[in-house]
Amino acid sequence: MRRLLLCLVVVFVLVLPLWGNNYIIRLTTMMMLYSVLSLSWNFIGGFAGYPSFATASFFGLGAYSGAISQVHGVPMFLAWPVGGLVAALFAAALGLAILHLRGHYFAIATLVVAEVLREIVNSWTDLTGGGMGLNLPILRLDVNAQARLFYFSMFVLAIMTVIAASYVSKRRLGFGLRCIKQNEDAANMIGINTTVYKTTAFVLSAVFVGCAGAFYASWVNYIEPGDVFEVLLSVKPIVMVLLGSSGTVIGPVLGAVVFLFLEEMVWRNFLTFHAGVLGLLIVALVLFLPGGLLGLYFRRVFHWKESR
Amino acid sequence: MLIAQIIVNGLVLGGLYACIASGFSLVWGVLNIINILHGSFIIIGSYVAYFAYNYLGIHPFLSVTIAAIVLFLFGYLIQAGIINRVVAAPVLTTLTLTFGLELLVNNSLLAAFKADYRKVILENPLGVIDMGGIIVPLDRLATMVLALILTGLLYWVLNASRIGRAIVAVRMDREAAALMGVKVKQIYAITFGLGAVMAGAAGSVMSVIFPISPLNNILFLGKAFVICVLGGLGSVPGAMIGGLALGMIESFGGLIFGPEHAMTLAFSLLILLLIFRPTGIIGKRGYQ
Repeated sequence: MRRLLLCLVVVFVLVLPLWGNNYIIRLTTMMMLYSVLSLSWNFIGGFAGYPSFATASFFGLGAYSGAISQVHGVPMFLAWPVGGLVAALFAAALGLAILHLRGHYFAIATLVVAEVLREIVNSWTDLTGGGMGLNLPILRLDVNAQARLFYFSMFVLAIMTVIAASYVSKRRLGFGLRCIKQNEDAANMIGINTTVYKTTAFVLSAVFVGCAGAFYASWVNYIEPGDVFEVLLSVKPIVMVLLGSSGTVIGPVLGAVVFLFLEEMVWRNFLTFHAGVLGLLIVALVLFLPGGLLGLYFRRVFHWKESR
Repeated sequence: MLIAQIIVNGLVLGGLYACIASGFSLVWGVLNIINILHGSFIIIGSYVAYFAYNYLGIHPFLSVTIAAIVLFLFGYLIQAGIINRVVAAPVLTTLTLTFGLELLVNNSLLAAFKADYRKVILENPLGVIDMGGIIVPLDRLATMVLALILTGLLYWVLNASRIGRAIVAVRMDREAAALMGVKVKQIYAITFGLGAVMAGAAGSVMSVIFPISPLNNILFLGKAFVICVLGGLGSVPGAMIGGLALGMIESFGGLIFGPEHAMTLAFSLLILLLIFRPTGIIGKRGYQ
């Protein structure tokens, strides 16, 4: 059943460019990009239960390292892994430094790191162009071909992230992270090396985001610090995971798709009040749908079994 | 002489920061909630002062009381009606919830007042005094003094009043306080209201110094974070020390690195402190 569903989704995504226009393709690319972000956040936030707001840091770092290497002549497809690598190295160092913090302190530390990075990028004008932003080399392809190129590249990255997530979820690492979420001291006691596990989860939550950032830079052709280090880049994946269902593999993807669909509706209809409507959605979600959409589904299945 | 001037500037800023952070710190300490709304509360306070001065002619130092009442009601209702439903949930839930509320409130402010910067321009400013080369604008000095008085008032309420003792009791041990007959949910709502009062009061007094705009919310919130981590969590003296420390850091940092990097400096310091000394400068978590 689950396999069939997965196959259907893959086939749908593959045949979509045959009939979809560029708007649909752009929106779907965006959905896949945010699926990558929310699945990545899920490693540290969903499995290990650490409220990380570092997604924007990783995204921005990836975007800038990808963009800078492309400006210096690195081919586009190589620049994306460079973005992922830089983000992963940064996450490893940062993780070792701040993963001993818990709860709010961890959340604040990660929030503030993104702000500091943004300021550094903003003032390092020689390398990054500072507040003027950075222009990337333009691809010599026609618009339709470009849209499809980015669409399929993003699809590959999304599939890689899904595979990584389901691998972690089923293996020892995922089990250990869930233990850490429930009780870190107890997890430590039964022989889980919590430092290694948490740092691994943090690095995993960075590497794909870094690639996605570099991809984004090539996709939109121009980046500036306020755009790629924006705090909403950290918050939206969290909301998507909560919307889907945290600690699962399908949840974050479902959440990303539904959230972007809703956001698009809100954008269309409430141009000057979209942040407010978004806030309302978040409040409603936290109050009335604490287990996410998947929780709803499971609850229904459970009741159905009971009534038989 | 320059150094003395900078110390004075730092102290004046610091008094205001203490007031900004004390309410934030109270909510964080007692409810274990990071109130992302705090920045917007400050801005609402500033708008109350602005409209009270321009339409009713009430001086911002007096309209503090109006701002306090408005924000207490607002804060109380938000906590009692919304946040109390999930107050015991994990960090992430409450953080996301207050973030959602912040988006809603801030967007409403933007829609109502636009993003223009406004300022309370006093008709009779108090002027400037020159103490042997150190120049102190009296309005700023008065703002600082008033902010410190308000912070002291919060300290007094927490220590001397019945409700204050109940708040401290809930912070120490929620279950035990409940067993002693403290209505915990109501205390939560009052605490959140008090936090909003401090924010609104700070916003109101500082409307004579700083421009007002809904877009300042992140700025104030960032400062509150830094002060809480600097001074340690959940105690009024901690917020006071943290506020004065941040004021000093910003004015000296502004001198050395340029004022545009003052906030980055504070944030970098915050990260270093979190890594090496997560309990703040004082080093213990206060219970009042």
